Amino acid sequence: MKLHRETLLAGIVLALVIGVGLRAPAFVTLPSLLGVLTDTSLLFMLTLAQMGVLLTRGIDLSVAANLALTGMVAGLVNHAAPGLPILAIIALAIVFGAVLGLVNATLIAGLGIPPIVVTLGTLAIYRGAIFLIARGAWLTSKDMSPAFLATPKVQFLGLSSLVWIAAAVAIGAWIFLNHTAAGRALYAVGGNPVAARYCGIDLARQQLIVYVISGAVSGLCGYLWVSRYGIAYSDIALGYELTVIAACVIGGVSIAGGVGSVPGALLGALFLGVIVNALPVINVSPFWQMAISGAVILAAVIVNSRSERSVGKLILPEARRKAASVSGAAAS
Amino acid sequence: MFPNRSLFAVTLASPTKLAAGGTLVLSLSGVSKAFPGVLALHDVGLALNEGEVTALVGENGAGKSTLVKILTGIYTPDSGAVHVQGRSVAFRSPRDAWAAGIAAIHQETVMFDELSLAENIFMGHAPVTRMGRLDWQAMREKSRTLLDALESDLDPTTPVKQLGVAQKHMVEIARALSHDARVVIMDEPTAALSAREIEDLFRIVERLKKDGRAILFISHKFDEIFRIADRWTCLRDGEQVGEGLIAETVERELVSLMVGRSIDKVFPERQIALGKTMLEVEDLSHPTEFDGLTFSLRQGEILGLYGLVGAGRSEAMQCLFGLTRPSRGQIRIDGSKVELTSPAQAVAAGISYVPEDRQTQGAVLPFGVRENITLASLSRYTVSGVLSPARELNETRRLGDRLAVKAANWEQLLGELSGGNQQKVVIGKWLATRPRILILDEPTKGIDIGSKAAVHDFMNELAGEGLAIILISSELPEVMGMSDSILVMREGRIVARFQRGAASAEAVVRAASGLAQEAAE
Amino acid sequence: MSEVSAPSRYHVADGPPRTVADFVLRWETILVALLILTVVVNATLSPYFLDVDNLLDATFNFSEKAMIALGMALLMIARDIDLSVAAIVALVSLLMGLSAVAGANTGALLVVALATGAACGAINGALVTGLALPAIVVTIGTMSLFRGVAQVALGDQALTQYPNALLSIGQGYVGAGVPVSFATFLILALGIGFVLHKTPFGRRIFAIGANPEAARFSGIGVKRIRFSLFVLSGLLSGLAAFFLTGRIGSTRPNIAQGWELEAVTMVVLGGVSIAGGSGTIPGVVLAVFVLGLTTFGMSLMNVPGIVINVLLGLLLIAVLAAPIVARRWLTAGR
Repeated sequence: MKLHRETLLAGIVLALVIGVGLRAPAFVTLPSLLGVLTDTSLLFMLTLAQMGVLLTRGIDLSVAANLALTGMVAGLVNHAAPGLPILAIIALAIVFGAVLGLVNATLIAGLGIPPIVVTLGTLAIYRGAIFLIARGAWLTSKDMSPAFLATPKVQFLGLSSLVWIAAAVAIGAWIFLNHTAAGRALYAVGGNPVAARYCGIDLARQQLIVYVISGAVSGLCGYLWVSRYGIAYSDIALGYELTVIAACVIGGVSIAGGVGSVPGALLGALFLGVIVNALPVINVSPFWQMAISGAVILAAVIVNSRSERSVGKLILPEARRKAASVSGAAAS
Repeated sequence: MFPNRSLFAVTLASPTKLAAGGTLVLSLSGVSKAFPGVLALHDVGLALNEGEVTALVGENGAGKSTLVKILTGIYTPDSGAVHVQGRSVAFRSPRDAWAAGIAAIHQETVMFDELSLAENIFMGHAPVTRMGRLDWQAMREKSRTLLDALESDLDPTTPVKQLGVAQKHMVEIARALSHDARVVIMDEPTAALSAREIEDLFRIVERLKKDGRAILFISHKFDEIFRIADRWTCLRDGEQVGEGLIAETVERELVSLMVGRSIDKVFPERQIALGKTMLEVEDLSHPTEFDGLTFSLRQGEILGLYGLVGAGRSEAMQCLFGLTRPSRGQIRIDGSKVELTSPAQAVAAGISYVPEDRQTQGAVLPFGVRENITLASLSRYTVSGVLSPARELNETRRLGDRLAVKAANWEQLLGELSGGNQQKVVIGKWLATRPRILILDEPTKGIDIGSKAAVHDFMNELAGEGLAIILISSELPEVMGMSDSILVMREGRIVARFQRGAASAEAVVRAASGLAQEAAE
Repeated sequence: MSEVSAPSRYHVADGPPRTVADFVLRWETILVALLILTVVVNATLSPYFLDVDNLLDATFNFSEKAMIALGMALLMIARDIDLSVAAIVALVSLLMGLSAVAGANTGALLVVALATGAACGAINGALVTGLALPAIVVTIGTMSLFRGVAQVALGDQALTQYPNALLSIGQGYVGAGVPVSFATFLILALGIGFVLHKTPFGRRIFAIGANPEAARFSGIGVKRIRFSLFVLSGLLSGLAAFFLTGRIGSTRPNIAQGWELEAVTMVVLGGVSIAGGSGTIPGVVLAVFVLGLTTFGMSLMNVPGIVINVLLGLLLIAVLAAPIVARRWLTAGR
């Protein structure tokens, strides 16, 4: 069933690309498709990080604010010390983002305040903090060093560094969620918190891990965003947290926790990425983007729930026989 | 009235005295645990030996589940000592308990439905390769070995959600074995199992005994206790009131100890005066759950509905109550046809249904006693549309007293009451709707013997007042002792009908398990 | 001898013994204290704060949000949520604008607002209760959809053609300097509070939030009630849009941006639990005042909006963290 869902989603994305390509052949050229990939790389990473949080029955609404704040901080540091090596800036962004995530983790895991409330609060605080630390000013590309701006433009084997970074994060996520005890514990905690406790899994520790990682990834994306677009101010990525959650939902990650996969999350993000890039190409005004996103989220949720529908208990022997033959046919 | 402490109470100097039979694996002494307002355990001791099954008996609220939670590391005792194989231990978390070799199998299986068998067995202590990665292959192989030892042919990669209850128990036992548990705690493990599955379970228990593990067996079913256990320990009101060898004890003694008074007969005598026909059900059917149900019910009658777990009895009654839609069939009350498409309509027609699952379906635990009792009949307590606290309280007092609910006050949260009292409140909620037909779905499941007797007396009273009662029960003695007529269901159909006096326990059980048919073939 | 027919051997009191601590530790009492603190701090920091006319004018800025919060409170008590409320405001405002351009009068605009709001609520309700989908995800979807439609229709234009009567309702007073929107909010709060706390319907809402399965088994029409709460939330969003559009006098696609999160903040600060089953309308009203007066006080001192939000975020977290921290600190001694 899970495999079916992801294959279906992959098929839909493919159909979408082909459909757009028919209207505008320029879309399906290699440079164009690679451009879509590059454009979606930040969303890939943020979606994977959010999936980790959603698995534990949590939610992190502060990711975009974290991104923006860390991006501003990275920009300010670079502005004050242009000679600082970019790797140091990147490390700073990751650590700073992680600290912002740690704030969330402390309140959620340490005090037990519901995640939606905590991240709503930190969302407002982090956004406001941008204004405060920059005193309302904006940073533009002329305030940033050439090295700072160069990172996204670096290419390796024809792919932008952004894609490579996203790939590294995706591989890391895949290994973590499928081949480490801590990763599998996330599925346990979200699937059945009581049972997880009996197995000796510490919910607080799991929450600490996912919120800090979510923060770190947001921080990294903060630097990459500011570097790519050459601008930093309090409203960058405004509302982007909802796009990230939409990507998760479309990708089959359950908001109730315990269900979700790396390929699914990547496909969900890719889906939104294709739409965003396809609209201008087929002359649909970008104003349609939001409405289409909304419709797609609803469709995804409806489809995902249908596959888990139960028809009532199978008690009558003839009902059981019928169900067995149906699933037998499906399996063979 | 009998005093709280029965004549049979035994105070122990040291629990290790009675462990002379075998090697001591686990011992508790002087364990106490208090919660705000409640002393759950007071100075309790326990001794478990290798290769023995010790039964833990006691009413609901006696402290059994608190004791289990202390043994599995979920609670820490306020005082007292726990020794495992001679070493003193203090569990700060379930992990410590696992590490000490204590495992528990719960009444409602605690599993991860979306994950595979192997993952469920090894969650929290999975085999890891040198580089820190999970060793999936080792996990699968070890699971296979454990399942083979339990004579199970389940595939370790199957997701648990595809398994039945008995199979899930098997996985839990495999999980306990994966920790090489020296102490296995079984908490009402047979509650949802069929007769054959219970036999399988007992075979496994015997094997565990042979392996030298100590088993703590918690159950309300005396036939099982007397069959499988070697020793017993009894708790009452948080204190240990006795322990001994099964071979040297009879059932009546245990019951007296548990309750603090003796129970002479289990079922009240019925003065049967059946009135006119109140309910007629004809060919009630559902696409997947039941088919062709036809029966009728008279005033003052108690109709017993017996069958194995999963026979479709609850589903049929829930349909009668308007929770699900039938695919065909007719329901007539007092001779006129009714369409019941929602529980509210059923209540208006005079039918009330007390559900089987108290925690999720019957009781609103965050609500107080009063709010629970009035929940299904709110319009009775309004004055021009506004709820009147006085009227609610009146009805609450009336029913609470009649049912002998034990609570500090009527606003006390239902979640703080014992299981038996919660059940009384739930029954009270439905009585407040002034039903003419009352359906009770396993009303005495998992509650102590004192409350059980109270419920039975109560049913009798209600029948005497002219209510018609449908009793769903999987306990044969209860069905046979209380019912005027018995319907046996199997796989969604009625397969036998008996009248009081004309039914033998054997005949009823054969019908329920389909043996009569097999004999005929 | 049957135990049951004799009077119960247990004496059960009517209610728990009432202590001062019970009263003091109630969420509403804490909010009142917070409100007093807010007034005192702001009055000290600015001489214009305690002016009655100023305070009443300050209500303009939060009355519409507060109406939405009332609907949100009922939903959250029933264990649901509606994140599309602000988007519904945008869509309603759009349709009002189009109707106004087509010549509708203020009365017709009110009908349009309420009908559109209710229809949007019905869509939410149908998806959540009819298809059994999680409310948070559905309303994230409809939020994008509704606001997206508004965006498509408006582009980056604004609709500004509104009848004067509408403007005088949105910006007007109902005697003694009390704004119409504020008075409406108070009346709604009274009505909704009464229904929630004093009628069977309200008790059923609490039951649904506390245990939806048991509520269903108790004969409560769970789907029906949840559906109606979504419609009510939509209706209130529509009413809020009516007042807001009148107050601003125009419709832009980003109208009421972020209001869904502000509404949730008001409700959670008001003591309603995210998990459902508990909360009070008086608590929500107090929270509305605390948040509204804090915002007003800050704006008097020319603090930019985005910084005010920092304070509100801190306030939200602090108020929720304080009882937990206090409890741990008090029991640490044992």
